[in-house]
Amino acid sequence: MNFDDTPQEAAFRSQARTWIAANAPKQYEDELRATSLGRVGLKNADILQVAKAWQKKKAEAGWACLHWPKEYGGRGSSPIERVIWQQEEGPFGKLSGMFIIGHGMCGPTMMAYASEEHKRQYLPPLASGEKVWCQLFSEPAGGSDVAGLRTRAEKRGEDWVINGQKIWTSGAHYSDYGILLTRTDPTVPKHKGLTMFFLDMKSPGVDIRPIKQASGHSDFNEVYFTDVVIPDSQRLGTVNDGWNVALTTLMNERMSIGAGVATGVPELFDFCSNLMLDDRPAIEDRNVRSRLASWAVRASGLKYTSIRAISALSKGERPGPENSIGKLVAGPMIQDVAAYALDLQGAAGVLSGPEAELAGKFQAMLLRAPGTRVEGGTDEIMRNIIAERVLGLPGDIRVDKDLPFNQVPTKGRN
Amino acid sequence: MNFDFSDDQKQLRDQARKFLAEKCPPKAVRVVLDGQAPYDRALWKGFAEMGFLGVAIPEEYGGAGAGHLELCVIAEEVGRALAPVPFSSTVYLAAEALMLAGSDAQKQAWLPKIASGEAIGTLALFEGTGNPSPKAIKVEAANGVLNGTKKPVADGAIADLIIVAARTGSTGRDSDISLFLVDAKAGGVEAKALTNLDPTRGQAELTFKNCKAEPLGAAGEGWSILTEVLDRAAVLTAFEQVGGSDRALEMGRDYALDRIAFGRPIGSFQAVKHMLADMYVSATLARSNSYYGAWALSTNAPELPEAAASARISATQAFQHCSKNNIQVHGGMGFTWEFDCHMYYRRANALALGLGSLSYWEDQLIDRMRKRNAA
Repeated sequence: MNFDDTPQEAAFRSQARTWIAANAPKQYEDELRATSLGRVGLKNADILQVAKAWQKKKAEAGWACLHWPKEYGGRGSSPIERVIWQQEEGPFGKLSGMFIIGHGMCGPTMMAYASEEHKRQYLPPLASGEKVWCQLFSEPAGGSDVAGLRTRAEKRGEDWVINGQKIWTSGAHYSDYGILLTRTDPTVPKHKGLTMFFLDMKSPGVDIRPIKQASGHSDFNEVYFTDVVIPDSQRLGTVNDGWNVALTTLMNERMSIGAGVATGVPELFDFCSNLMLDDRPAIEDRNVRSRLASWAVRASGLKYTSIRAISALSKGERPGPENSIGKLVAGPMIQDVAAYALDLQGAAGVLSGPEAELAGKFQAMLLRAPGTRVEGGTDEIMRNIIAERVLGLPGDIRVDKDLPFNQVPTKGRN
Repeated sequence: MNFDFSDDQKQLRDQARKFLAEKCPPKAVRVVLDGQAPYDRALWKGFAEMGFLGVAIPEEYGGAGAGHLELCVIAEEVGRALAPVPFSSTVYLAAEALMLAGSDAQKQAWLPKIASGEAIGTLALFEGTGNPSPKAIKVEAANGVLNGTKKPVADGAIADLIIVAARTGSTGRDSDISLFLVDAKAGGVEAKALTNLDPTRGQAELTFKNCKAEPLGAAGEGWSILTEVLDRAAVLTAFEQVGGSDRALEMGRDYALDRIAFGRPIGSFQAVKHMLADMYVSATLARSNSYYGAWALSTNAPELPEAAASARISATQAFQHCSKNNIQVHGGMGFTWEFDCHMYYRRANALALGLGSLSYWEDQLIDRMRKRNAA
């Protein structure tokens, strides 16, 4: 058991460090470092442009999409090299936020199902950040129940015609392409009538409407499809096998594990060290210490759980359902940590704006956290995954499992 | 980087698990629980024969000299099986204190006896209610003799070797405390067994009356040695707690699969599934924190104090959480004497207190994190 770099890893680290020191956009370092969950953005620059420029620089020097094969714009690195890169990239890694879905989910799905020609055409500009991708799965009628989606794809000659609506599509408003899960046969049970495509988000008939979130920001969108035409060559996988393609995408979501999931704990620790409570630093208060210690061990537990997972990956094991633990622990924790930081400020915790920077920071966390607990699977779905796939408990009873999709009830009460 | 036990260490774990499954089934634990014996003598002898007692003791002192990662692996199995033997007091406390602070003569005198199972050891620290603190220590040492009373002392009534924290000064500083080594058979110490929450591990009151004692480590260094001993024991105990958490989770899972209610296995109800998922989460976080502690312990890393406190808190919470909810999954059955659930619940809550309670370790963790942040 050790944390030491092998000579090879040490060489990689030093190469990465040197390159980052010479090339990173240092003018944004402090601002990025201070950025916490729910507050992505730069005061005096367009973050998308800054992110794209940094990604392009990385791609040109061979530091983009480390785990991807070289021919598609990656570097062919090991899982441990990815972690080393993350450690060295530090706050500049936050700039990759808008590429996560493309790099972690869309790219790997393309690699598994697209034609060689399409892979060579679409993957390198995705790796370099020149083109941004989004993932069009969720619908108003199918959130946790993804396979309950209703967006239709109908074959017309060599093309498919898409009609319907997606929701919660992160980054659709600045995306160039998307992967899209549709229903191609409503007369069979829900998992059996789905088909996956990729499409140009600028296609006629695609209407993207940002959703204003509880935080006031707009990171997600509704996406409407009206007679959108997709050539059959952009189908991923066989017709009606979309569920298996989607599973590949979701499996790859688990691959995007790293050792640095946000928990809010370092922020709370700093805050409690500086806040005066009854004429002494809050961190000297017995109750504060107790709460802080409990969260701190959850955060360190998560950190070392992901390092264990990376060790397993580097020995050739596949990432398993146990990796659902990260989001399940971190999501509720950020929410509770933020609420506690506000509570410690008393009535003043309610204020934000320039005179109340600190409260504002935790308010942003508080308002973003519910989304963290829902996106990519709710807490309840994560618990089901652990219970069923790790502990081997029986699956939930799914009464619509064998029912043709067009006979599935759509309302709880008549 | 390789953040896992080696194949050899995993093999040792399998070996220990197999041995304990055979020699320490729940009915063997119950013999001690029911008060028919103070500990399982045959099992203790088996521990010595298997080399478990001396696994981290250097070869020159009669041990196997394998190291602390190997000891962690065994501790996990001891916790899983609820082994009713004075393993923690002898190996994590007495042997660690000797290895840290003992003179060569003291090590020669006692470590081989510990490794061979001939001597049971313990640490006499607490004096009634409260957490570890130099101020709480009233037992006095002067002119080579000890006077005063310690309680509770884990396995105190069966110990041959007692490490005693005693007062040698009155300046109000940590340097008032020194450690002493007492041979229980030499006289001057009176032991009284005390009833306690987890009878599978004994607790005692020890009264020293002009009891002859030899210094262990330098005078005035007692508190800093003790702190280090507690940190080391915290990591090792965390592995016992992790083993116990995993077993309690397994028991709950197995029962949820077998027990039918409303026409379905109760493990198919989301409320039960989610309770078990949460048990898995706490056990996993504890395991990961404990691995970090094991790494710090085995390499004597400067991170050990913080890692030990994290492992201690996380593993204490996990074992309490898992053992408590295991009973809940079992329903009324879990609350009966016949089912084994309460044995894990007892052990979890007793282990939560033995090295100082959660509040002590929370304090330690925050102080240590502050120190690191300030550095």
